[in-house]
Amino acid sequence: MAKKLISMTVNGQAHDVAVEPRELLIHTLRERLSLTGSHIGCETSHCGACTVDFNGESVKSCTMLAVQADGAEILTVEGLASDGTLHPVQEGFVEKHGLQCGFCTPGMMVRAYRLLQENPNPSEEEIRVGLSGNLCRCTGYQNIVRAVQYAADKMSAE
Amino acid sequence: MATPAEQVQDPVGGVGCSRKRKEDARFIQGKGNYTDDLKLPGQVFGAFVRSPIAHGRVVSINKEPALAHPGVFAVLTAEDLKPLNLHWMPTLAGDTQMVLADGKVCFQQQEVAFVIAEDRYVAADAVELVEVEYEELPVITDARQAMSADAPVIREDLEGKTEGAHGERVHHNHIFRWDVGDAAATDKVFASAPLTVSEDISYQRVHPCPLETCGCVSDFDKIKGELTVYLTSQAPHVVRTVVSMLSGIPESKVHVIAPDIGGGFGNKVGVYPGYVCAIVGSIVLGRPVKWIETRVENLAATAFARDYHMRGELAADEEGRVQALRVHVLADHGAFDACADPSKFPAGLFSIVTGSYDIPTAFARVDGVYSNKAPGGVAYRCSFRVTEASYLIERMMDVLAQKLGIDPAEIRSRNFIRAEQFPYTSCLGWEYDSGDYHTAMQQALEAVDYEGLRKEQAEKRAKGDLMGIGVAFFTEIVGAGPTKNCDILGIGMVDSCEIRVHPTGSAIARLGTKSQGQGHETTYAQIIATELGIPSDDIQIEEGDTATAPYGLGTYGSRSTPVGGAAAARAARKVKDKARKIAAAMMEVSPADLEWDVDRFVVKSLPDQSRTIKEIALAAYQHLPEGLEQGLEAVEYYDPPNFTYPFGAYICVVDIDRFTGEVKIRRFYALDDCGTRINPMIIEGQVHGGLTESLGIALGQELAFDEDGNILSASFMDYFMPTAVETPHWETDFTVTPSPHHPIGAKGVGESPNVGGVSAISNAVIDAFAHQGVTHMQMPHTAYAVWKQINALGLNK
Repeated sequence: MAKKLISMTVNGQAHDVAVEPRELLIHTLRERLSLTGSHIGCETSHCGACTVDFNGESVKSCTMLAVQADGAEILTVEGLASDGTLHPVQEGFVEKHGLQCGFCTPGMMVRAYRLLQENPNPSEEEIRVGLSGNLCRCTGYQNIVRAVQYAADKMSAE
Repeated sequence: MATPAEQVQDPVGGVGCSRKRKEDARFIQGKGNYTDDLKLPGQVFGAFVRSPIAHGRVVSINKEPALAHPGVFAVLTAEDLKPLNLHWMPTLAGDTQMVLADGKVCFQQQEVAFVIAEDRYVAADAVELVEVEYEELPVITDARQAMSADAPVIREDLEGKTEGAHGERVHHNHIFRWDVGDAAATDKVFASAPLTVSEDISYQRVHPCPLETCGCVSDFDKIKGELTVYLTSQAPHVVRTVVSMLSGIPESKVHVIAPDIGGGFGNKVGVYPGYVCAIVGSIVLGRPVKWIETRVENLAATAFARDYHMRGELAADEEGRVQALRVHVLADHGAFDACADPSKFPAGLFSIVTGSYDIPTAFARVDGVYSNKAPGGVAYRCSFRVTEASYLIERMMDVLAQKLGIDPAEIRSRNFIRAEQFPYTSCLGWEYDSGDYHTAMQQALEAVDYEGLRKEQAEKRAKGDLMGIGVAFFTEIVGAGPTKNCDILGIGMVDSCEIRVHPTGSAIARLGTKSQGQGHETTYAQIIATELGIPSDDIQIEEGDTATAPYGLGTYGSRSTPVGGAAAARAARKVKDKARKIAAAMMEVSPADLEWDVDRFVVKSLPDQSRTIKEIALAAYQHLPEGLEQGLEAVEYYDPPNFTYPFGAYICVVDIDRFTGEVKIRRFYALDDCGTRINPMIIEGQVHGGLTESLGIALGQELAFDEDGNILSASFMDYFMPTAVETPHWETDFTVTPSPHHPIGAKGVGESPNVGGVSAISNAVIDAFAHQGVTHMQMPHTAYAVWKQINALGLNK
């Protein structure tokens, strides 16, 4: 199938990539750019394991075509830490035991990152609603909520 | 009362600490290494052509159009696998299963052909190009119809066979009959009992549904004749043995590597057709073949759980003291009996069905049947049918309580095994190791102000509101298991640990288990830290690579702590025994003159004379007196003398909208007793997760089928997955009753919340209608199902 050249910025780095017109963004990220942190869990945009930050919005990259990302600015889990320092969201997940198998974690954290941009001081209810597009089968969400609260506290103190 | 994780001050970060997890660093930075993350040079991709019908003959398969498609390397059918004798494969339950449809299909989504292509897109295209013609046959999806006289023959390969792997078959769709207990004595008690109750209780077909589906990458090295398979397996060593048996490749040349696993919950114990086809593909093509399930395939074709249709009966006296229990189960095993149970237990450990109660007489019969549904029957976060057994007895105790007008908590207390009765041998033959049920129940009732809740419920009922209080008390049987009872394919269910202490005092330990998120890299290190005095941060834990780890049966049935954890402690003790000898030689005293203090051996009479484990480790690799060999390492294969019996008291409070039927969990309190607590933070995390799974099962999940055998719940569109919104805040609590036979007294906890949670939530929903004379409602208690109950009773008027 004839490929199309797209340009996108992923985690601050510019990429020109040749993709199939039907190619899903998640496959471009995982297989062409070797950014395997984002995962595929359901293919129906329910689980959110593939969540990336796309032009300042949380997007499920398993139900978006790569060609739609032409010109986009994308952040994945691999870009959360900067200069070797963990993002407060990442720190919160460790401190509050917000992960077990780790499969949902990248999408969950990237979503939490955007949630805290939108609402720096969310209530528990707002966190739960804000993360409701991301499924976790291990933690029962309780410690994920605590992890996000930890990050919110830390970010507002900074 | 919510209990914060204990803050234990421990210089080595050992048992009892809420140590932060060692595995987190890679997962939070996107550096986990899951099976689909692998990209081997020359790797190609396999995908299945699956049956669109539930039962039928395969008239023809035309693979030519697919083979003509650019980028397609091979299309495998049963005909291609036949010369290798791999078109069928043995199951863990003593049955056989088609790898690819051999003349007929027996369930919707059954594997018919395996396409191998350059990538997953081309493979998906080619799947569409394979032309298969079917001739439909009548379908059975209801276990209750499976053994009717005119039921279609699902397994023609077994026609005329009156003996199965577990004894007599009484019908062509019958798999086994398993009886336990004294039928005559039980019947006698029932005939003369002052009071009996009975109820039909189903536990619907559900799915473990880890967020990562199953998959593998098979890589055959033609020159070395070695096969390496990266595979999402909870039991990689068993898979290696099975692969060697099936392929004829010596086990020494088969390497199974389970990389990071994105949740298992029982889904990743078995051997699936995808693994076999990928292995064959890699041998035929000489290239690595990757196979990754889609979510639809995962829900529809691999590893369902439960599907138990039970009739429970209790005989009791007027005070509610149970005199006998009688149970009959119709177990739907799907089209092939691929249940993952210890080989001699076709109904798993269902005979724990007398629960936490001192029931003098019991009899249980389980009939397994075939149906036109996917094979599986795995222990979904459960120790082999314990969940079904626990649900049955916990529902029946409520039914009895209701009949007598006794409070559900009170009737349980009247029947509990008393603390002084342990070790307690149940009438169905299990020896419960330790327990103190009355204390746990009392602590739970006080924590939630149970009396206050019942008062509130009475007031609510007077106003027409629906409020339910669910009480559940469970006893699990985990840690399979003693080799005298338990084996899989003839291999005793031991587990193992090998510890090597390096010259500079750090250590590596390898185990036969495999974490899928339970935090083994953290907790095993804590066990060894306490035993050896090496800081847990200096102990590396490795699992999942069969080329390096000692043989073990894997992680499921809450067996990692009871078996693997025990092996870790005992391997460490062997290391310590040698360290004592070396320390004695270093200080020129007798080993008997030394005593252990946290991280060192001290001379009893001279407390300032000591050698730390770090000093001893270095000495172990230097000149040693005669009779002492260099090195500081040990390996332990642990065969537990008994199972362990974790228990807990759970209380759930629900409010039900009497116009919509929506169930809201207002409060959930979980008290768990898993014996010695290794890492309270991880224990609480396990409890939160298991409870959330139980919420999904009790309130929404069902793998449902229509009468033609079409699966109605094969994606997250139709199969309920609780989000953070439906999930309540979980309150956790504990008591500690150590296991007397486990080296550190631990019992295992991972599965308890799923076992106890389902009963507590379901009991709560049904309790909301108890005053209306309702004794049972089938799960899942969806808003629609509950609304139908409300509407039938006219409570929404």
